[in-house]
Amino acid sequence: MRKSSLLVVSIAVTGALTLSACGSRGEKKAGDDAAAGTVVTIGVDAPLTGPLSALGLGIQHSVELAAKVANDNKEVPGVTFKVKALDDKKSPQEGQQNATALVADKSVLGVVGPLNSGVAQSMQQVFEAASLAEVSPANTNPALTQGEKFDTEKKRQFKSYFRTATTDAIQGPFAAQYAYNDLSKKKAYLIDDKKTYGVGLVAAFQKEFTKLGGTVAGSDHIDENNLDFSAVVTKAKAAGADIIYYGGEYPQSGPLTDQLKKAGVTVPVMGGDGMYDPEYINKANKNADGDLATSVGAPVESLDSAKKFVADYAAAKYADPYAAYGGYSYDAAWAIVQGVKAVVAANSGKVPDGARAKVVDALSKVSFDGVTGKVAFDEYGDAVNKQLTVYVVKNGAWTVAKSGTYSG
Amino acid sequence: MHQLPQQLANGLILGALYGLIAIGYTMVYGIVQLINFAHGEIFMTGGFGALTTYLVLPSGTSLWLALPLMLLGGVLVAVLIAVAAERFAYRPLRGAPKLAPLITAIGLSIALQQVVEQFYPGAKSGRSFPQLPGGPYVFGPVTLQPADFYLFIAAPLCMGALAAFVGKTRTGRGMQATAQDPDTAKLMGINTDRIIVIAFALGAAFAAVASIGWGLRYGQVAPTMGFLAGLKAFTAAVLGGIGNIYGAMLGGLVLGVAEAMATAYIQEIPGMHQLGGGSWANVWAFVLLIVVLLVRPQGLLGERVADRA
Repeated sequence: MRKSSLLVVSIAVTGALTLSACGSRGEKKAGDDAAAGTVVTIGVDAPLTGPLSALGLGIQHSVELAAKVANDNKEVPGVTFKVKALDDKKSPQEGQQNATALVADKSVLGVVGPLNSGVAQSMQQVFEAASLAEVSPANTNPALTQGEKFDTEKKRQFKSYFRTATTDAIQGPFAAQYAYNDLSKKKAYLIDDKKTYGVGLVAAFQKEFTKLGGTVAGSDHIDENNLDFSAVVTKAKAAGADIIYYGGEYPQSGPLTDQLKKAGVTVPVMGGDGMYDPEYINKANKNADGDLATSVGAPVESLDSAKKFVADYAAAKYADPYAAYGGYSYDAAWAIVQGVKAVVAANSGKVPDGARAKVVDALSKVSFDGVTGKVAFDEYGDAVNKQLTVYVVKNGAWTVAKSGTYSG
Repeated sequence: MHQLPQQLANGLILGALYGLIAIGYTMVYGIVQLINFAHGEIFMTGGFGALTTYLVLPSGTSLWLALPLMLLGGVLVAVLIAVAAERFAYRPLRGAPKLAPLITAIGLSIALQQVVEQFYPGAKSGRSFPQLPGGPYVFGPVTLQPADFYLFIAAPLCMGALAAFVGKTRTGRGMQATAQDPDTAKLMGINTDRIIVIAFALGAAFAAVASIGWGLRYGQVAPTMGFLAGLKAFTAAVLGGIGNIYGAMLGGLVLGVAEAMATAYIQEIPGMHQLGGGSWANVWAFVLLIVVLLVRPQGLLGERVADRA
């Protein structure tokens, strides 16, 4: 009897431990609303703790900067912007709870986030039901805007969902073209992390790569919680590919690269925007030279429109760098500011009743020159800016290899 | 099949890591019948202790020189935390129903993880761990890293030392006696409180040794690293027969090899392509556990503790 009860207890405990990993977290207080006029809150949902926090904190601070600039310039007369940032710990469940919390806060007229496509899936419906605008600076999965059959029959999924980032339907093929045409790589080994983003990105890459004439030497998936990739590494090495394409994010791809290179794999590892972060190079323990990543948009530092953002961000002295999505987050927040501005202007300077739905309508008409270039949304809610850049690791730092727009 | 030797090596190294952690679960269970779910976090603090030791050493110290000191620092931190946990969290509950210390262990596990995440600088996204120089070393079809040698040497060494300690010394025999019957052992003049503290301390020391192996092999330590590693080690302990120290090591090795083999070869079986690969390794590991427990409920090497329930 006792042995079977031990098994039952251990199963119960395993379950309890798993559940405990998703406990709730205290919200940040919106602060004292002493400022004059109506307070409009811009919600932020991103991973603010955990391995992806470098990206998430960059999103939060960039939105805070946008709110500060809007307040300082009196961009919308009579309206003071506040930011309410919630932590989703890259978990869809947390994201959905945060979405519900943001919907419940009546002062929230728009939300910037989330970072992860998988989290976005769980939030879209909540925001749609409340007609609350959501602008993601980082989601790249095409299905979020265009539906599961995005390559045959595109269909707008949610009226309230927009994004300033380009999709993987463009990013994957762009990477494939660069690998095949510019690097003359013919044989790819594909690895993903089984999450919405990684699987979609690898599928888009594979489709274009084989269409160009490349072959797939093999494919595998990793478990994001497990840092021992030795078995996968051995398979990839035995497959004899000349490039390894990874769909996922840097907390896994860094150690994966480290283990690949230590095992004697000499071919480059290529990935998407989830890999484009200095932390990738850190986690790869100096083994990342020659590796590549595509990221959405032109390099923020190279655009004239971005210089003011970079200077303002430095002047505001935030504790964390703006990271890969800072520019997009600023633009996303600014789009919400512009949406609110249009709504308030149409209602003779006051925030109207049912402002949320009106902000959603206004967002689809927004158009301005932002940090990352022209910011506007097409009929699916996607960014009209289709710029992408390939970065390569040289001497332990990401450098621009090629920037361009993808066309079919 | 040309990957087989390398995959076996991968599995054995991973298994040695699991086995070293599993010893802590099995010793504590053998003596106080407590599943110490905070053990995964004790393992994690050992890694951070070693990292801290490395960071306070003058920069540029050769890792070969630093390694013994890191071992010392890591073991010290892990043992202190484990002994404190035993003294202040578990001992007051010794007479309580079994579920009370179990829930305490889970609470302690979450608390330790959060404390390290909040207060260790830069721990949120994981800290990179110093790497041994040299390598990779190629032996025919097998490529090994310096860190792999560390585990290959540390695991048998620890295991041998533990076996000698438990079998040959007075304290070790005291442990066996306490495991068999704590009340009688007490009557025979054995200080059972001391024996229990030693069991916790030894388990923590082994976990710290494993933790340094983890850091060297995977290049980083993170506050969350103890969760899955602890769960796997616990699985290894149950697989080998909980309460049995040899079983813990054997269970770890079997589990590690099973994971490597599942990743490498399940995909090759016709019709199983969707169920293979790295993301399914955990599933196959637990399938193995269930099958073993169905066929042999006492685990591979059986349970040596007397049944008192």
